Amino acid sequence: MELLGIEIPVFSWQTVLGSAVSGVFLGAIYALVALGLTLIYGVLHIINFAHGSLLMLAMYMVYFLWQHLGMDPYLAMLVVAPGGFVFGYLLQRGVIGRISHGKDEIILLATLGISIVIENAALFLFSADEKSVQVPYDLDGIDLGVTYVVYPQIAALGGCLMITAALWLFMARTDTGRAIRAVAKERQGARLVGINVEHIFAISFGIGTACVAAAASLLAPTYAVHPQFGYLFVLIAFTVVVLGGMGSFTGALLGGLIIGVTEQLGRLYLGESLGLITISAIFILILLFRPTGLFGQRLSQ
Amino acid sequence: MSKLPFRMTRRTFLQATAAGTALAAAGLAAGPRPAHAANVIKFGLIHPVTGFLQFSGTQCRYGALTAIEEINAAGGIKALDGATLEPVLGDAQSKAEVGAAEIEKFNEAGVAAIVGAYSSGISLATTQAAAKYGIPHVVDVGVNDKIVSRGLANTFRFGPGFGVITEAGVNGLIEINAAAGKPARTVVIVHENTTPFGSFMAELMKKGLEPAGFEVLDILPHPTPNKDFQNIALKIKEMNPDLIIPSHYYNENVLFLRTLQRQRIEPKAIYSVLGGASSQYRFVDEFPDAAQYVMDCNHWFDPRNPKAAALRAKTEAAGKSFSYEVFLAYTAVQFAADAMERAGSADRAAITEAMASSTWAGHFMPYGPTEMINGQNQGARPLITQVQGSAIEVVAPADYATAPAIFPRPA
Repeated sequence: MELLGIEIPVFSWQTVLGSAVSGVFLGAIYALVALGLTLIYGVLHIINFAHGSLLMLAMYMVYFLWQHLGMDPYLAMLVVAPGGFVFGYLLQRGVIGRISHGKDEIILLATLGISIVIENAALFLFSADEKSVQVPYDLDGIDLGVTYVVYPQIAALGGCLMITAALWLFMARTDTGRAIRAVAKERQGARLVGINVEHIFAISFGIGTACVAAAASLLAPTYAVHPQFGYLFVLIAFTVVVLGGMGSFTGALLGGLIIGVTEQLGRLYLGESLGLITISAIFILILLFRPTGLFGQRLSQ
Repeated sequence: MSKLPFRMTRRTFLQATAAGTALAAAGLAAGPRPAHAANVIKFGLIHPVTGFLQFSGTQCRYGALTAIEEINAAGGIKALDGATLEPVLGDAQSKAEVGAAEIEKFNEAGVAAIVGAYSSGISLATTQAAAKYGIPHVVDVGVNDKIVSRGLANTFRFGPGFGVITEAGVNGLIEINAAAGKPARTVVIVHENTTPFGSFMAELMKKGLEPAGFEVLDILPHPTPNKDFQNIALKIKEMNPDLIIPSHYYNENVLFLRTLQRQRIEPKAIYSVLGGASSQYRFVDEFPDAAQYVMDCNHWFDPRNPKAAALRAKTEAAGKSFSYEVFLAYTAVQFAADAMERAGSADRAAITEAMASSTWAGHFMPYGPTEMINGQNQGARPLITQVQGSAIEVVAPADYATAPAIFPRPA
C-alpha cells in the first residue's frame, strides 16, 4: 500500500493492536511527566524549562535510595515526592521568585539557568554513566495475547491515573487548591482577598516538582538514568500539555494517551524515525484548530 | 572629555601601526608551534564528554588519560630526554562542529598530536580541522571508513573500520552457523540510523549474508536516542526470525535487549555487530539474563595478553567499566607516544611520518605489528564474543577463542 509516495506496510491485527496497547502505556509515561508541567505551565503560566532536569534529579534520588538503602523504587516515592515538593517550593521561593520579579521572560531564563546548573552538577557529581535500578519483578506481567505487559508498565499507568485523580481532587476540594485556581485566574484579585500569592506560587511549583518526582519512581524500573535523561520526555510533555489544555489534569492524561498511541502507530507504519513526525503534526493541528487544547476552554474563561 | 595621556601625532601613529603590523606578521609567519618547553609535550584529547554521547566520551577520556599517566610514570618520551605528555582536554559536546572548533584551540595551544573523537561524525570533522595545521590525529573509535579515505596525511586509525568489522561479522556468522549444522536461516537487522555506520552496516550485512543462504526478512532502523522498542519487538514477533542482528549505542542496545526479553522473544541467537552493550561487562553485571548468550562482533583485546588484564583490573579498581572505548583510546595514545619515540621529535611533521611508517607491536590488541596504509592499520580487526554466564568469552576467530560458541542458544 502506498500513501503520498510512502510505502505503507501491512501488519496483522495482533501487531497493530499490540502497538496501540503499548502506545497507551507509553502515553501514561508522557502523561506522568506532563502532569507536573501542566500545573506549573498552565496554572501559573511559568514555562518551566527545568522540568526535565528535575525529573532526572528525582530519578537519581530513586536510584541512590535503591542502591544504598535497597529501597524499592515504588516505595521510594514516599521519600522523593515530599522531597520534590520541598525542593520545588524552595526553588520557587528562594531562586525563581526572587530573581524574576514577576516578569515572565525572566522566569523563563531562570528555569533555563536552573536546568543547566542541575544537569552539569549531575554530570560532575554522578558522572555520565547510565544508572539502572534492577527490580525482581522486572519481567513479570500479564500476557494480553497481542503484547506482553510487565508490572512496571501497569504501575506507570495505574500511578498516572491515581496521581491525576489526586490532583483533581486536591484542586477541586481543598482551600489551597481553590487558592491556586484563584491565583491562576486573577492574581491581583486573589491578593486583595488575602491570598499569599508568593506562597501559592511556591506551593504550585512544589506540587509540580512532587509530581515529576513521583513520575521518576514509576519510570525507574524501566529506564536507566543519565544527566541527559530529561530530554527524552520533556519536549513531548510540552506537546501533551498543549494538546490537553493548559492547566487541565484530565487533559494531560488524555493528551498523553493520545500522543502515545498516535506515536506508536505512526512509528509502526512510517518507521521509527519518520513516525515521530506524528507528534509534530498533532502539535501543529492543535495550534491551528484548537489552540486552547482539548480541555483548555473552561479554564480560560 | 578626558585628555589623552600622550599626544598622538600622525608620525607616531604611523610608526606605531608599522611596528604593530611587523610584529603581527612575524607572529603569523611563525604560527603556533608545538609547545614542548620545560620538556613537556602538549597532547590533545578530543571527546564528547557532554551531550548524548557523554558516557562513551568519558570512557575514552579515561582510557587516554590512563595511557598518558602510565607513559609519564614510566619516564616519558625517552627519545626526547624524558619529556612528559601534558593532556589538553577538549569537549566536542557530541557535536561535530564543536569538535572542529576545539581543534582550533588545540592548534593555538600548540599540541603535538591529537587522539579522539569517539564517534565517526565528530572524527570526520576533527581530523579535517587538524589537517589544516598538519597536526597528527589518531582516531580512537570512529569506524566510518571515510575517515581514512580522504587522503588526509595527518589522519590515522589504529583500530578497524566498519568495512572490516562488518565483513568479519558476516564471515564469523556464516562459520558459526555452518559449524552448528546451519540451524539459522532467517534474519532481522535492527540498527540505529543517526550516524552513517548503522545504515552502512545493515546494507553490507545483507549483501554478505544473502549469497550465503540467509534470508534477511527486514531491516529496521531507529533514531538515537530512542525511548521505546515495543514496535520493533512486535514487528520481530510477527516475522519470527531465527536470528536478530542489532547494532546501536549502549543505552538503546540495553533497552532493546530488555524489550525482547519482556516480550518473550527468543530467537535462536542474537548476533550483534558493534552492539553497543552486547560485549560490555557493565551490561552483563546489571542484566545478566538479558545479556546471556548474546554474541557481538566488536572491538576486543587479545584475551591472552597480560597487559590487557592489568588495564582491566586498574580500570575496574577506579570504578570504571572496562569497555571498548577505554582500551581503544588507551592504545591510540600509546601508538602516538611510540611514534614520538620513533621520530625523536615533537615536531608535527616528524610524528606524522613516524606514524605512517610505524611497526609498533607492543600493544594488547589482536592486530599484530602495525602497518599503516593511507592512515589505516592493516592488521586491525574485531573479535567475536559471547556472554557465557558472567564472563565475556571470545568465540571466534579460532586463534583467539577462549571458549566455543553456544549456538543456537539453549531454550
